[in-house]
Amino acid sequence: MKIFERFLTIDRRIIFLLIFIGVALPLIFMITFNLEVTENVQSVYELLQEMEPGTRILISFDYDPSTKPEIQPMAIALLQQAFTNRLRVITTALWPMGVQMCNEAYETVSAEYPDIEYGIDFINLGYKSGGMVTINHMAKDFRSTFPADAGGVPIDDFPIMKGIKNFDKIGCMISLSAGDPGLKQWVMIVHDTFNKPVAGGTTAVQAPTMLPYVNEQRQLIGLLGGLKGAAEFELLVKKPGFATKGMGAQSIAHLIIILFIVIGNIGYFVTRKQQDTIKSKKP
Amino acid sequence: MRRQIPMIITFLVGTLIIVSEFIPHKPFGNLSTTLEGWFLIISGFAIILGQLSLFKVNIIKIHRRTPNWQYYIIALVSFSIMVLCGILWGTQQQPGLLTVREGMLNFFGYKPFDYIFKYFFENLSATMFSLLAFFMASASYRAFRARSPESTLLLIAAVLVMLGRTTIGSTLTGWIPNSLNFLQLPKIASFIMKYPNTAGQRAIMICAGLGVIGSSLRIILGIERSYLGGK
Repeated sequence: MKIFERFLTIDRRIIFLLIFIGVALPLIFMITFNLEVTENVQSVYELLQEMEPGTRILISFDYDPSTKPEIQPMAIALLQQAFTNRLRVITTALWPMGVQMCNEAYETVSAEYPDIEYGIDFINLGYKSGGMVTINHMAKDFRSTFPADAGGVPIDDFPIMKGIKNFDKIGCMISLSAGDPGLKQWVMIVHDTFNKPVAGGTTAVQAPTMLPYVNEQRQLIGLLGGLKGAAEFELLVKKPGFATKGMGAQSIAHLIIILFIVIGNIGYFVTRKQQDTIKSKKP
Repeated sequence: MRRQIPMIITFLVGTLIIVSEFIPHKPFGNLSTTLEGWFLIISGFAIILGQLSLFKVNIIKIHRRTPNWQYYIIALVSFSIMVLCGILWGTQQQPGLLTVREGMLNFFGYKPFDYIFKYFFENLSATMFSLLAFFMASASYRAFRARSPESTLLLIAAVLVMLGRTTIGSTLTGWIPNSLNFLQLPKIASFIMKYPNTAGQRAIMICAGLGVIGSSLRIILGIERSYLGGK
């Protein structure tokens, strides 16, 4: 019965080692599993599919490199779908390092779409501090909030920005968000105040806090939650990338965690039963 | 006066912003837009202030030889390198004080700032976040025990969501016919996320919203003064 007691005190280094192996092997050997597209991801995809070619959409890069493995695949897949459908993309960032994330996503995608031109089909307006106030100010006076792009060139020099004074000429807004400020603030201003469709992508940890916004009022049209959301979106745009590859590793890691939870509970029940039996035998 | 003037400003600005939400016409609408513009300028300066504060705090810790003071040197050196690279050679989109030599670009492939950002900072940052997976695995093993009905419920929900939110869920229960698709793990996970989770989250959000209103009113009316510093 000592084995069950050991179940309760497994050295954390063994757990770490198994998690490491469980994550590394599927990435090395490209182990993948079947994937089903969920309703929230399908909604984001359909939102962009329904947009007329030439429509300007706003994507905000509200994350930094710590969450890049989860959110960057979403950014890449979204840009791929937008450029395939000839949508024009205006990007901003409420996080300082979102600018670099945006540049990297554009660099990755622009190689596949040689006819896409900066300033005509895409623009990176850069970072602006202020969070929710920045969004509110954009809604009232877009041009004074972002007088120039990330490179310091006046936005009047770019055809994509022609006529943009507020959110009126923006087809929809998508925030790729890893926290605050991020998706919640965009919903509160762009949808709730100006009634424009908003969708988003978040880390898996943040997704449960954003799900209440996917409701009958369609405050959020859809939500890409974590690596799985990104993988599902890649499946929809038919361009499997990093998220699809990463899902194998994430699935195995979850299985290992569940296995340890089960082992811990078996150990807990058996030892508790033993203790109960000993107690009942005592006079 | 050092406390009264900021309190008067807070009261006036706070009231004006609230009024402009209900009366978005002149002069309130214009005034709130102007105030927002001011806020954006001030928040830009706050970043510089934050950096200076970081520098000062680190130097004090090194000077006082606080525990692990060596790490603060690394933080300061890294910070200074990034600032210098940014100022001297600029970033991908912004020029710096010096011209980037072709040899440098050929060697690194990027400007120094972007090179360090891409190949050092991004990987270190993602690694730090990834470490969570290891600690979460260890913590789940220790914490998820069916000790009471409540913890059993939490345990079952956690396992179902963990399975349902990965590709394993689809693989394990994909064979279940469509007529019984509510038994498929992804569907169960979606149900848990959509109903019990959303209900709980909404309750938290409503409470937090009420709390924000309460504390905002306390600040505007000068009852809450901790933002002014001091005792």
